[in-house]
Amino acid sequence: MILASLFTEPVGVAHYVAVGAVLFVCGAVCMAVKRNALGVLMGVELVLNGANLNFIAFSQPALYGESRWALGLDGQLASIFVIVLAAAEAAVALAIALNFYNNFTTIDVDHADELKG
Amino acid sequence: MTGTALDYLPVLLGWAVLAPLISFALVVFFGPKMGRHGRLAGYVSIGGILTACVLSFIALGIWLSVEGTGADLLHHGQHDASHAESAHAESEHHGAESQHGTAEHAPARVPRTLFGTWYVLSPPGVPEIGISYYIDCLTVVMFAMVSFIALLIHIYSLGYMAEELADEVVDHEAHTSDGAHVRRRGRFHRFFQYLSLFCFSMLGLVLSGNVAMTFVFWELVGVCSYFLIGFYIERRSANLAANKAFIVNRVGDFGMIVGLMALWGSLGTFNYGDTLDEQGHVVRPGVFSLIRPAEHGHRLWVPDKAVQAAAEEEVAAVVADHLRVHGPNSQALQAARSEVQARTASWRQGPQGRMAYWLLIIAGLGIFCGCVGKSAQFPLHVWLPDAMEGPTPVSALVHSATMVAAGVYLVGRFFPAFVPEVLLVVAVIGAITLFLAATIAITAVDIKRVLAYSTVSQLGYMMLALGTGGWLAGLFHLITHAFFKSLLFMCSGSVIHACHTNDMRRMGGLLKKMPYTGYTMLVGCLAIAGAPFFSGFYSKDYIIAQTIQFGLDNPGWNIFYYAATVGAAITAFYMFRLWFMTFLGKPRDEHVYEHVHESPPTMWVPLVILAVLAVSVAWSVPGVGLSIESLLEQARPAGTEQGVGTGTLLADLTYRSEHLSHQEAIHAQATTVATLAALAGFLLAVVIYAKGWVSAEEVARQFRPIYQLLWHKWWFDELYQAVFVRPVHFVAQLIARFDRVVIDGIIDGSARAVTAFSAWADRVIDRASVDGFVNLLADWVYNLALRLRTVQTGRLRQYVVFIVVGTVALFVLVSFWASASAG
Repeated sequence: MILASLFTEPVGVAHYVAVGAVLFVCGAVCMAVKRNALGVLMGVELVLNGANLNFIAFSQPALYGESRWALGLDGQLASIFVIVLAAAEAAVALAIALNFYNNFTTIDVDHADELKG
Repeated sequence: MTGTALDYLPVLLGWAVLAPLISFALVVFFGPKMGRHGRLAGYVSIGGILTACVLSFIALGIWLSVEGTGADLLHHGQHDASHAESAHAESEHHGAESQHGTAEHAPARVPRTLFGTWYVLSPPGVPEIGISYYIDCLTVVMFAMVSFIALLIHIYSLGYMAEELADEVVDHEAHTSDGAHVRRRGRFHRFFQYLSLFCFSMLGLVLSGNVAMTFVFWELVGVCSYFLIGFYIERRSANLAANKAFIVNRVGDFGMIVGLMALWGSLGTFNYGDTLDEQGHVVRPGVFSLIRPAEHGHRLWVPDKAVQAAAEEEVAAVVADHLRVHGPNSQALQAARSEVQARTASWRQGPQGRMAYWLLIIAGLGIFCGCVGKSAQFPLHVWLPDAMEGPTPVSALVHSATMVAAGVYLVGRFFPAFVPEVLLVVAVIGAITLFLAATIAITAVDIKRVLAYSTVSQLGYMMLALGTGGWLAGLFHLITHAFFKSLLFMCSGSVIHACHTNDMRRMGGLLKKMPYTGYTMLVGCLAIAGAPFFSGFYSKDYIIAQTIQFGLDNPGWNIFYYAATVGAAITAFYMFRLWFMTFLGKPRDEHVYEHVHESPPTMWVPLVILAVLAVSVAWSVPGVGLSIESLLEQARPAGTEQGVGTGTLLADLTYRSEHLSHQEAIHAQATTVATLAALAGFLLAVVIYAKGWVSAEEVARQFRPIYQLLWHKWWFDELYQAVFVRPVHFVAQLIARFDRVVIDGIIDGSARAVTAFSAWADRVIDRASVDGFVNLLADWVYNLALRLRTVQTGRLRQYVVFIVVGTVALFVLVSFWASASAG
């Protein structure tokens, strides 16, 4: 029923949240199943962007409280932070992946178990 | 009472006491830095004592200007003799117990005294102990004498101790374990530091205004004497002598403490003088006014407090009675107090009165016991000759002129508080001492030991004089003796300085080489022997006259007179024996003789000054009649002018006015006898030692037992060794064994038990319980960690699943909890 009403309703917060959730789950699954480190990194990007969609969705004026100081841009700001963060994370993670490859001639994350208990 | 120049005296004399203390402090802290080898320390010390000396003489001048010379008192005393006689008859008639009915007599002269307290130590409500002063003419004269002689001896010491001014001093009389002479640093400053401390203590002793303070200074001079005797600390003999002096003095001081307790218990005060309030009324009477109260004409009087102390049980009964009747309140105590007061008179007549008198006797004997130790009297005289191990200036200052005279001074100070029975003991001890020591001096060959025994003998003279009621005679001899005996010691020091030996058998013929020393010593010998017009002549005359008078008053006690006379003859003999052996005849030891030289001026100038005084100190200043006697007469304690009184236990023991002995007949007899005795001794010395008509060795062989007895000093040291030292060592060894076996056994046993117990505790409690618990915890944590490590697989994708599943699980849990709490 919830799904059905999603399709009949005009596009609103729920749709954004639904797409975000799908993205998030896709990313999480991607992280869980990919053995290639680059694939895992892609999953991380998906998870981050799923979260970004949620920020955007919840920053719409209808959900926003009355406040003299409110600009209505909090969600957008947060999402831009996340994008910057994602870029930085990608740079660090790729560096790790390169180093890992230099040492092990593979980027299969299942081989990165040196610190296991 | 107020507004005279006498008010400055306490301040002047107080600073005179403190000046040497200041120089002592300076030398103690900065002595080694004062000039090369501490040379300036001597000058600092001299500065201190010079200040004291100047202040003392200013005080003497003030006293003379306010109180006069006292010459009138002396003359008054002489024609007063008949008056004293009638007073004596009166008191005998009434008996000793009712001496208070003396209103018909002229009021006794009360000497001017200044008493005050600078600082009170004891809390209010208990008998007062503090830092106080008691100044009368005796104090002022003693200050002048002590500080002047000390000044001369300080100057003399500059020369005598000069060999200490070196980085390395070789002590020829001390040896290291391999037999070499001891080499050490010079200790010039240390000598002067002790000398300053001694001057402070001695002056403080003279100034002190209560017995407790006197006792403190008494011990201080004792410890200074100890330091100075042991100055050459590397010499075994000096160590032993210092210890001997200290320990023998402790014996006397123990008696003194007993005496102080008796005094405190019976009188409840230690103060010499009366405490006055603003108007000059007596608030708390001192010791002397309690024993000789003004309202009883300054006669000996057993104080109420002493009677009440003796009637302790009866007082307790009275107080208990009143408390039972009235209950415990102040009213009851008030009533009890007044009843005790009322019944005191009846107790006085009963056994309690006798008991109180005994308390006074014990107090007197105890204090005299301290004086016996300090003044080296008969049973305790053994330390003084050994004390000659110290440097000679010390012998001159401490062990002849001042410290040993402090015992005589204290007897003189307590003279009004001594009952006749105590004075008799003083006289007996003095007579024994003077005879004993004089005889030992005959055979001694150590020049300083002859002088030491002579000192003991002369101190015996002073005690004898005081004990026979001659207050003036004893203290007069103290003053004159201080001058000529310090002169003699300093001369002997000069001789020793030149000869480097004490043994008179190696001297002889020194007069040519040491004229200053020789002739000044001759003056000293003449003075001590009692040659006419020398100071010793006058004071010895007083003493012999007093013993004659005592023999007249107390038939059967002529022995004192004989002892004093024989003592005078022996004195002249051994003093001239000393002088002839040292300065006349042929040199006995060429080696010694070659190196002899006159001492430097710092040494012989004081000798000359003292020689002049040894001749003239007893003369009176023509015209004004000022003399030592007239000064001392001013300080004669109230009530003793008419005689000390009559004994209670020994009822026929009578002390009459000292002025009686100044009668023409007695005086002429004393002068004749003393001069003849001295002449006899002198001639005997001439015959044996100057002319050699009779060989000394021959005499010694003829009288071999007596010679042996004297040579071994009456075997006193051996006797004490056998009676005291050996048993003490024996008991000490027993106790040491007991200590090792029993006490150490107990301690070792308990230590072993504790060790065993702690081993057990270690095993059972520590290892098993405490360690076990800690280990158990550690094991648990270890096992838990072993389990938990398996979770960390190192598989990245598994972690992602964990995160997701965990997050979902948390979300579910939280929403479940939220809906449950909301619903």
